Amino acid sequence: MGLGCAVLLASAFSAQAAKIGDLTQTRWTEQAWRFVTLSDPVVRYACLGTLLLGISCGLLGSFLVVRRMALLGDALSHAVLPGVALGFLWNLEKDPLAIFIGALLAGLAGSATVSILTRTTRLKEDTALGMVLASFFGLGLCLMSMFQRLPTGNKSGIETFLFGQAAALGPGDIQVMGAVTLVVVGLLGLGYKEFLLVSFDPGFARVLALPTVWFERLLVMLLAFAVVSALQAVGVVLVSAMLIIPAATASLLTDRFHRVLVWSSCLGMISGLSGAFLSFLGTRLPTGPFMVLSASLLFALALLFSPRQGIVPRWYRQRSQRVRIERENTLKAIYQVLESDGFASETITVAALTARRRLALAAVEAEIRSLVAVEFATASRDRVALTPSGWLRACAIVRNHRLWELYLTHAAQIAPDHVHDDAEKIEHVLGEAMVRELERRLPRIDTDPHGRPIPSLPASMAGAHLGAGGAGDRPVGYGGRT
Amino acid sequence: MTLIPEFQAHRVFVEPWTTELGSHGLMALVTFLVGATCGLIGNFLILRRMALVGDAISHSVLPGIALAFLITGSRGIGAMVLGAMVAAWLTHGLIELISRHSRLKQDAAIGIAFSTLFAIGVVLIAVFADKVDLDQDCVLNGELPMIPLEPPVRLGGWVLGPPPLLRLVGVLVVSLVLLVTFYKELLITSFDPGLAACLGIRVGAIHHGLMLWLAMVVVASFEAVGAILVIALLILPGATASLLTDRMVPRLAWTTVHAALSAISGMHLSVALDCSPAGATVVAGAGWFCVVWLFSPTEGLIPRAWCLRRGSVDSRLRSPELRQHNESP
Repeated sequence: MGLGCAVLLASAFSAQAAKIGDLTQTRWTEQAWRFVTLSDPVVRYACLGTLLLGISCGLLGSFLVVRRMALLGDALSHAVLPGVALGFLWNLEKDPLAIFIGALLAGLAGSATVSILTRTTRLKEDTALGMVLASFFGLGLCLMSMFQRLPTGNKSGIETFLFGQAAALGPGDIQVMGAVTLVVVGLLGLGYKEFLLVSFDPGFARVLALPTVWFERLLVMLLAFAVVSALQAVGVVLVSAMLIIPAATASLLTDRFHRVLVWSSCLGMISGLSGAFLSFLGTRLPTGPFMVLSASLLFALALLFSPRQGIVPRWYRQRSQRVRIERENTLKAIYQVLESDGFASETITVAALTARRRLALAAVEAEIRSLVAVEFATASRDRVALTPSGWLRACAIVRNHRLWELYLTHAAQIAPDHVHDDAEKIEHVLGEAMVRELERRLPRIDTDPHGRPIPSLPASMAGAHLGAGGAGDRPVGYGGRT
Repeated sequence: MTLIPEFQAHRVFVEPWTTELGSHGLMALVTFLVGATCGLIGNFLILRRMALVGDAISHSVLPGIALAFLITGSRGIGAMVLGAMVAAWLTHGLIELISRHSRLKQDAAIGIAFSTLFAIGVVLIAVFADKVDLDQDCVLNGELPMIPLEPPVRLGGWVLGPPPLLRLVGVLVVSLVLLVTFYKELLITSFDPGLAACLGIRVGAIHHGLMLWLAMVVVASFEAVGAILVIALLILPGATASLLTDRMVPRLAWTTVHAALSAISGMHLSVALDCSPAGATVVAGAGWFCVVWLFSPTEGLIPRAWCLRRGSVDSRLRSPELRQHNESP
């Protein structure tokens, strides 16, 4: 709806955007107004239908995506075409119920053929899916081309089933779609726990004596229901996209499966509505592609910006972690330089730090600037000194390093000259709880395996450098992850 | 007018080879060329379990073709191939991007990438319907019946045939050359990518080359059978051949036989029922697959059931269940 309003607003100013309007008899701003005000029964049916479609496809698509069966949806949706054509032939007009039954039978026949093919031949599942998809679709095209020679053929609107036309939805279609959505929501609600178990851990479900095969068949059946009821609005060719894309988007946004279901049906409804709106602006525009494009746009946004999974936030987190690790390494190096002359002076030279870090002078100067920026250090022309907070953090990191070395030599019996590299990595991610555990397990924590003293910290400061979030703080193995 | 025209043996079986040779015979020749070209590459797609990547690419070349039409304003084969190859690469890149940078698996990534690009293609064609010499029907059905109507190319007194036919012959020749040149590499990378890498074959380069080859084949076939039925001709011949033999070279030969049989019987079917020739070819191809599925001496359902009843140990050893059991580690 937001997209629709944005297009409406843009239309008032932009002239070149009127390209879509070139095709229409009415001006497309008027069409948009007709859509937004819902004044027309056609518009009301289209909206209702796309909303119902969004719900049922979104819910079932989530199961497809988590079970890695996305392409079964594709095959099933192409395989219904001969059923649609036969449904038309039943009484040579568009009868939603006949089309529904025909398409349902064809879809079920298609999925049965896939499973028989994979069971009785050496063909792999992808080949079987592709064959069924294409053969059934070819049969459907044959039937349709025969049908179009009939005098009534061209007026019946069977073509709208290929790419979808939400404006062609009638009260009969809405009844069928409503019933299907009710059945899908009802059955998934009743058997939610079982469906979840069968999808995520079929082995365990079998151990519990659940009839997993029947649950899978029921799921395919519901899938065929949803695909068939969505045909008029999205079309045969692209209905699989409405199953996959909203559910894939949802699984990028959240980890819990019930939230995936909710998100996925909401996203399905949003893309359905905006697709119906965009195709309504012109006269010959099919609905399906516009719906899919809206869904893909939402998917692209989620892929880039989803808080936990998005490419941009993840890149940013990785970058800030790298910056933190570099900063901590510099702090450690400053500590070691200070330690090497027995903490005689408060400041060290940049040259000594450069030698210790084994980096170019420019890189070390950049790191010093970064430390000064977060007030961990103060720098004069060629000397560096730690501030109190920088000192504490340097101590914490050196302590982590040496505690871990001590732990490895003490508990894991590793030679003292083999523990440095490991500690070099773990020092940045040791959480407070882990440090406490190490302190408890080690008999003495004053000297590391190389004979250097382990700095002690005020109790409140142990592991405090982990404000930026290390892996050690996170709970491990929480259930229901998708 | 009835749905199924009255069956006249002369019209269905004789006329396509005599008076109608220029139209129906030519159409059968075109579908045979498409089937043979697609079948050759399809064998490798099946072996690599990439059948659905073929599906994805055959859908997603559409926006490339549509854009090429929009920009050049003509059906130049060069622009079309270029557009389609860009689209095919884009699909490939999108699939990699999605499956690498998110938790989504490859199947979902394929579904998302190709349906988005296909949708873009359909929208381009629908919105610029007056500027693009393509319509939604052509996307699905191809333009097989139009091919005999195009003015034939002449070369010094010889009538060579309509341009699409020549293009298909060209693509078939290129495919055969590629196949013969890179046969060993294709075979090894398909069966054992690890060994291929050890032998110093560049598996990634072969994979990308195969994708480009696929894009070329798909574009050439698009005109004849439309975007969606290409997948049928990519998979059906290879799948049928794989039920007949275990060796690769006989498999390629059977692929060609299957393409020829489905082209000819599809043409007769489409004359008999007066229906879409592309659809009829696919239906005929699926029919031939079913025949092989039932009667293939080694893999067929009926010979196997027969042997099982006689209790032959040999047939049990050949059953797919047992073979899968043996293949799994």
